[in-house]
Amino acid sequence: MLSFTSQRLLVAFSVALTVSIVAFVLLHLSGDLATAIAGPEATVAQVAEIRHQFGLDRPITAQYFDWLWHALHFDFGNSFYYRDTVVSLVVSRLPVTLTLGAISLALSLVVAVPLGVLAAVYSDTIIDRLALGFCVLGQAVPTFCLGLVLIIVFAVQLRWLPVSGTASWKNYILPSIALGWYAVPAVMRLSRNGMLEVLSSDYIRTARAKGLQPSVVILKHALRNAIIPVVALAAVQFGFMLGGSIVIEAVFNMQGLGYLAWEAIARNDFPVVQAVVLILAVIYVALTFLADVANAFLDPRIRLA
Amino acid sequence: MPLLEVENLVVDLPVSSGTLHAVNGISFNLERGETLAIVGESGSGKSMTSLAVMNLLPKRANRRANRLVFDGIDLANAPNARMRTLRGSRLAMIFQEPMTSLNPSYTIGNQLTEALRCHRSVPIASARDRAVQLLEKVGIPGAARRLGQYPHQLSGGLRQRVMIAMALMCGPDLIIADEPTTALDVTIQAQILHLLADLKREFGMAMILISHDLGVVARVADKVAVMYAGQVVESGAARSLFGTPRHPYTRGLLNCIPVPGRTTPGAPLGAIPGQLPSLIGPQRGCAFRERCAFAAPECAGDIAFITAEPGHDVRCVRLGALGMAA
Ligand SMILES: Nc1ncnc2c1ncn2[C@@H]1O[C@H](COP(=O)(O)OP(=O)(O)OP(=O)(O)O)[C@@H](O)[C@H]1O
Ligand code: SF4
Ligand SMILES: [Mg+2]
Repeated sequence: MLSFTSQRLLVAFSVALTVSIVAFVLLHLSGDLATAIAGPEATVAQVAEIRHQFGLDRPITAQYFDWLWHALHFDFGNSFYYRDTVVSLVVSRLPVTLTLGAISLALSLVVAVPLGVLAAVYSDTIIDRLALGFCVLGQAVPTFCLGLVLIIVFAVQLRWLPVSGTASWKNYILPSIALGWYAVPAVMRLSRNGMLEVLSSDYIRTARAKGLQPSVVILKHALRNAIIPVVALAAVQFGFMLGGSIVIEAVFNMQGLGYLAWEAIARNDFPVVQAVVLILAVIYVALTFLADVANAFLDPRIRLA
Repeated sequence: MPLLEVENLVVDLPVSSGTLHAVNGISFNLERGETLAIVGESGSGKSMTSLAVMNLLPKRANRRANRLVFDGIDLANAPNARMRTLRGSRLAMIFQEPMTSLNPSYTIGNQLTEALRCHRSVPIASARDRAVQLLEKVGIPGAARRLGQYPHQLSGGLRQRVMIAMALMCGPDLIIADEPTTALDVTIQAQILHLLADLKREFGMAMILISHDLGVVARVADKVAVMYAGQVVESGAARSLFGTPRHPYTRGLLNCIPVPGRTTPGAPLGAIPGQLPSLIGPQRGCAFRERCAFAAPECAGDIAFITAEPGHDVRCVRLGALGMAA
C-alpha cells in the first residue's frame, strides 16, 4: 500500500510538472507577450522596455525555471490588470469554484449512481428505458443552455431562486444543477454497465445461493464492486466540471476561478492565466490521486498487492 | 417420503434463433443421506438442472415441472421469500468456478459467516467459531488466520475448500456440488471429491454430485443419472449402472475412462465421435441417434423409458435388439 501510494504520488507530481511546462510554453507561443502587454498604441521602444522589465528577453528555459521557483513558493507575481498579487486573487476566488464543483459532483453522483443501479437491476424494463432516455436528454443539452433555461424558469419566471451572484447557498443551486447535469449520463452509464456486469458474475450467484435478501445482494455484494470504476470517473468528471465552471460562472456571474480565468484571458493578464491553469491542473491531479487511493481502499486486490 | 422429488423438469431459454431446451423433462428422486451423481458431457444440462432446483436460473430461463418438491415443500410454486429461507440454509450449492465464485471485496470470514448470520441470527463470535471449525474440517491450514484474508490471496483449491465450508455453515439437508473440481489442478481433484463424500457422510446430508470423473462417481455415488441433450438417458443404482451399462451413450462414456490394469498409461482414451445435437427448436426422437452406432429408423420416434432392472431405467428403443433388455 505504501509503495502504491508513493508510486501514485510520483505520477501525480510529474503530471503537474508537465502541465506547468505545457501551459508556460503554449502561452509564450501564443504571440509576443511584450506587444500584448504594451497594448496596440505602444511604440517599439516601449515594447522593448516592457520586454526587458518583465524579463521576457531572457531564454525561455530561464524564464520557466524562474517562474517555477517562485510558483513553488506560492509567488505568482502580480496581476497586470488588478492591483493585487495573483495569489490573493486566486485565494479569494477558489472557494467559490471548489464549492460549486463539489456540490455539482455530489449532485450528479446522488442522481446518477442510484439511477444506474436501478437501470441495471431492472434492465430491459421500462425503468431502464426511462433512465436511458434521461441520459440521452442530458447529453443533448449543452451546459450553458441548461443554465440559461434554469435561470429563465426558476429565477426569472418562478422567482424561487436568485439569478446570479454568490451571496447565499441558494445561489449555488441552479449553477450546480447546470454543471452537474453534464456528468450524469457518463456516471449513470458506467454505474449501470458495471452493475450489470457484476450482477451476472459468479459471486453474485453465490450470494443468492446463500439466501441473502436482494437488498444485501445488491448493496453489499454488487454495488461495492460496481462502484470502483465510478470513483475514477468521478475524478475525471470533476476535472471537466472545473473546465465547465468557466462557462457556468460567466452565465451565473459568480466570482470564481473560472470567471477569473475568463477575465484574465480576455485581458491578456498572463500571470493570472498561468497560475489558474497550474492550479486547475494540480487540483485535477490531486483528485485523480485521491481516486486511486480510494479505489485501493475499496479493492483489496490493489490494496494488498 | 423422498427428500427431493423431481418429475418432468423442463428448463427453456429464449435465444435469438428460437427456444433452447436446456433441460427436457427429467425426473429423479433423492432420499435423505443419499448421493445422486449426474454425469454427461458438456452442455447436456447438468448445471441448468441444479440451478433449477435452487431457483437460481438465469433471469430469462423458464422452469416448469410436474413435481419439484423438497422435503414436502413445493419448490415449483414457492415464492421467492420462501426460497430464500431454504437456500443457503437447507439447500446449499457449490459451483463449477471456484476462482470467481467468491466476492473479491470481502474477507473469507465475512463471506463464510454471512449465511449463518442471515438464517440463524447467531452472534458474530459463534459464527466465526463455526467458520474456523469448518475450515479446519475441509483441510485448510491456519484456519483462524484465513478468516481475515481475501479470496485473491488463496489458490483455486483453497477457494473451493472455502466454498465447501461455506455451503456447510448452516448444516444443509441437501448439497449440490456442480463439477466442484473441473477448474482445479488434476492432483487435487480426487482429494476434493473424497473430502466431499466424507463430509456428506459425517453431516448426514444428501448430495447431488455433478462430475466428469466417472472413477470417483463409481466410488461415492448411490445412484447415477446419465444426461444427454437435456434428458436423462439412463439412471439407476451405481452398482447396477456401472456393472451393466445399457444405453449406447453410457457405454460410450464408460469407454472414455481409463481402467487401471486394462488401459495402457498414456494411451489415448476413446471418445464418442460427433457432438451434441442442437437444443434449439422442437426435440423429437432419441437425441443420441446421430452419434449412435446402433441407430435405426424407429429411433426417430418417441422414446419411452424401459426398466431394465428394478430401479434401473434406460431410454432406448433398441435395447431388445441390442441384447440389453432385462
Ligand atoms: N445463460 C445461458 N443462455 C443461453 N443458453 C445457455 C445459458 N447457459 C447455458 N446454456 C445452454 O444450456 C445448455 C445446458 O447448459 P448447462 O450449463 O446446463 O450444461 P452442463 O451439462 O452443465 O455443461 P458443463 O459440463 O459444460 O458444465 C447448453 O446447451 C448451453 O449452451
Ligand atoms: S434409441 Fe436408437 S439411437 Fe437412441 S440410443 Fe437407442 S439405439 Fe441408439
Ligand atoms: Mg455445468
